Amino acid sequence: MLRFLLRRVTLIVPTFVGVTLLSFLLIHLVPGDPIEVRTGERGITPERLAELRHAMGLDRPLWQQFLSYEGHVVHGDLGTSIITRQPVWHEFITLFPATVELSLCAILFAIAVGLPLGVIAAVRRGSVFDYGLMGLSVTGASMPIFWWGLMMILIFSVALGWTPVSGRISDVFYVVPWSGFMLIDAWFSDDAGAVRSALSHLILPTIVLGTIPLATIARMTRSSMLEVLGEDYIRTARAKGLAGLRVVIVHALRNALIPVVTVIGLQVGTLLGGAILTETIFSWPGVGHWLVESIQRRDYPVLQGGTLLVATLVMLVNLGVDLTYGALNPRIRR
Amino acid sequence: MKSRTLAAACLAAGAALFATGTAGAKTLVYCSEGSPENFNSMINTTGTTFDANKPVYNQLVQFKLGTTEVEPALAQSWEATEDGKVFVFHLRKNVHWQSSKTFKPTRDFNADDVLFSFGRQGDESNPYHKVSGGDYEYWGDMDMPKLIDKIEKVDDYTVKFTLKEPNAPFVADMAMDFSIIQSKEYADALLKAGKPELIDQEPIGTGPFEFVTYQKDTTIRYRRFDGFWGPKAKLDALVFSINKDPAVRLAKLRANECQVMSYPNPADLAGIKADAKLQLLSQPGLNIGYLAMNTTKKPFDDVRVRRAINMAIDKKAIIQAVYQGAGQPAKNLIPPTMWGYNDAVEDFPFDPAEAKNLLAAAGYPNGFETDLWAMPVQRPYNPDGRRMGELMQADLAKIGVKAKIVTYEWGEYRKRMAAGEDMMGQLGWTGDNGDPDNFFVPLAGCAAARPGGGNVAKWCNHEFDDLIRKAATLPSQAERAKLYEQAQVIMHRDAPFFFVAHSIVFMPMTKAVVGYKMSPLGDHRFDQVDLQ
Repeated sequence: MLRFLLRRVTLIVPTFVGVTLLSFLLIHLVPGDPIEVRTGERGITPERLAELRHAMGLDRPLWQQFLSYEGHVVHGDLGTSIITRQPVWHEFITLFPATVELSLCAILFAIAVGLPLGVIAAVRRGSVFDYGLMGLSVTGASMPIFWWGLMMILIFSVALGWTPVSGRISDVFYVVPWSGFMLIDAWFSDDAGAVRSALSHLILPTIVLGTIPLATIARMTRSSMLEVLGEDYIRTARAKGLAGLRVVIVHALRNALIPVVTVIGLQVGTLLGGAILTETIFSWPGVGHWLVESIQRRDYPVLQGGTLLVATLVMLVNLGVDLTYGALNPRIRR
Repeated sequence: MKSRTLAAACLAAGAALFATGTAGAKTLVYCSEGSPENFNSMINTTGTTFDANKPVYNQLVQFKLGTTEVEPALAQSWEATEDGKVFVFHLRKNVHWQSSKTFKPTRDFNADDVLFSFGRQGDESNPYHKVSGGDYEYWGDMDMPKLIDKIEKVDDYTVKFTLKEPNAPFVADMAMDFSIIQSKEYADALLKAGKPELIDQEPIGTGPFEFVTYQKDTTIRYRRFDGFWGPKAKLDALVFSINKDPAVRLAKLRANECQVMSYPNPADLAGIKADAKLQLLSQPGLNIGYLAMNTTKKPFDDVRVRRAINMAIDKKAIIQAVYQGAGQPAKNLIPPTMWGYNDAVEDFPFDPAEAKNLLAAAGYPNGFETDLWAMPVQRPYNPDGRRMGELMQADLAKIGVKAKIVTYEWGEYRKRMAAGEDMMGQLGWTGDNGDPDNFFVPLAGCAAARPGGGNVAKWCNHEFDDLIRKAATLPSQAERAKLYEQAQVIMHRDAPFFFVAHSIVFMPMTKAVVGYKMSPLGDHRFDQVDLQ
């Protein structure tokens, strides 16, 4: 187990370097730099441009800039935003709770809906429900989030007026940010209206972000359940005369859950990737929205630091999933 | 029956759960288009950041609401010496500073605050000069380092600015956003606490609203400042709700989640006009969209070719198709609402036959090949560069000019164009201070024709340049206007630009909003806005 652990942890290092290199290169390959983006129609003298580029270190060769950046990262310094002059880490930690709140709600929604649907589809294999559900899940898994989000806003917010259009809470409420989780902060604000508003603002983004994981979980649950339902011990349980529901829930689902749990763990990447689009559509002030803004402003430190932090998080979660799976299933440790 | 009651109860509970409450105070929510970079207009250049600072700060003078006319603000009056080199500002007394949880002012506004605010920008030894990046772009762009010789405190309520040369637009410059006044006492307290950067994050000003909080990329909150020196704000609170997408901003406006929105999509205007719950204000913008011909390159070094281009493009068709009618055809660089505008200049007629003759006379009977740079982004003065480019391309083809449309990423586009890489290309401008000098010098002056300068036609006519430079030094607006009128005649004769349009700017809001005045400068102020 120790060797397995070491091997997996060692693999993190090249991945980490790869991620920093990729995030660094990609943003530097995009034309335009932070100074040009801010200059506007007024133009800038070549001397002033050179002075500003020098001050930001943008006049050095790319490899030198990368090494210097890497050196700072190793020392825990992610730099300072060129636009807001705030440390990247400070901005990330301020915005991250919003992304976590949305992602948690989305994954809970995906599990709460996807799991039962997958079980029912497996139990009623070959039925209209099964085919319908699998068709829908393929559609769900391949749904373009941007389109889906706008459709939801147009239908539920604009046409029907049931849900708010965007944001985390109605602007008329002022909730002191304490934990960064709007539901918790609203709860402690002692204003029932604020809690209701925070909840209502979560509905559409949760559904939009949760759609792809929902489809994946439903499909995984179905196939895993089908496998388990064919096992001898299920037949034995049935032969013993146990009730159908009890066989499905207690005997089959419990065993079918192992791969499903792994898939749920692996949704972290999907959720964080999807959060970038979902947050942009719903003006959800999280890390994804922040990264998109930083691309438009060519805010190199934010983009590099933010991508690195998100990628590190995904790596750590994947490592956790691998290790848990390794602990549960000794065969993959080799 | 039982299940029906249960379902009804569930529905009622659900409806109650998701009904959004409203606070009692009179709060106006403004759907704004972006996040401020911070809370100090000295170190920023975007209108979005300026708008977020306006409720809090004041300048020595300000633009009268809805006009470009300069009126007293923190300075009650001012005078200039006859040679136009010394400006003396008499400051208003009993102007209170706002307070916050961490700062309670012990004195009112005085000359020390003025000296601190300009010293921060111009004096490298000022302890705040390097705070928040220390890059005072507008200060540099408006040539303040070259213009200002010294700033002196005559007494607590009198400040004297001595210039190196006469400069008539100087007072208007003092109304611009970079000229805000910050509190020296607050700055000193923060320096002592070792947190100088907070001055640009938790602003303390003298304006009609005081800053409450900013939640990044979400909301900025202000409340009325009851100690304000001018007419008190009518709203109890003002909220900027930030959303980049105009479609989402409009959806929020329709749902009354906000009451005023910025920058609607041109395509949504008809729907907004038809909506009984909304009103749509409009005003000609203080802007110009144009096609510049690079006069340093063949064949555009020949005035006949430039005039031919001016006659070959159907301006009206562009205004209909690209501006959807929301634009005024332009014949001069400055908009007609600005003083100094020469209405006697007659625009080139749309006359492809005459354009062909001119080309033949210039030695291009069969036309020529050129590039045509089309803007990659939407700007207030040009809603769709690509579409405009295509229409121009089609018109030019009719006189034998084969134009190839070229475009780059926006930053790259401007850089290359300023460097003079293009043959001809689209660009434009939005005025900063309502003074014609702010259009002519940066866009058509000889100094700006250098590589990297904003005169993208690279046109340098010394007769024209002398006129605009002289106009900047005269104290009398009437005399200045005459010189600008002459300058426009020269510009028309030389035709370095094909002027397209001055766009009309729109501002949708709910019918509950009263007292909102659109600014020709494109900024958004809520000083005297009320909700019915």
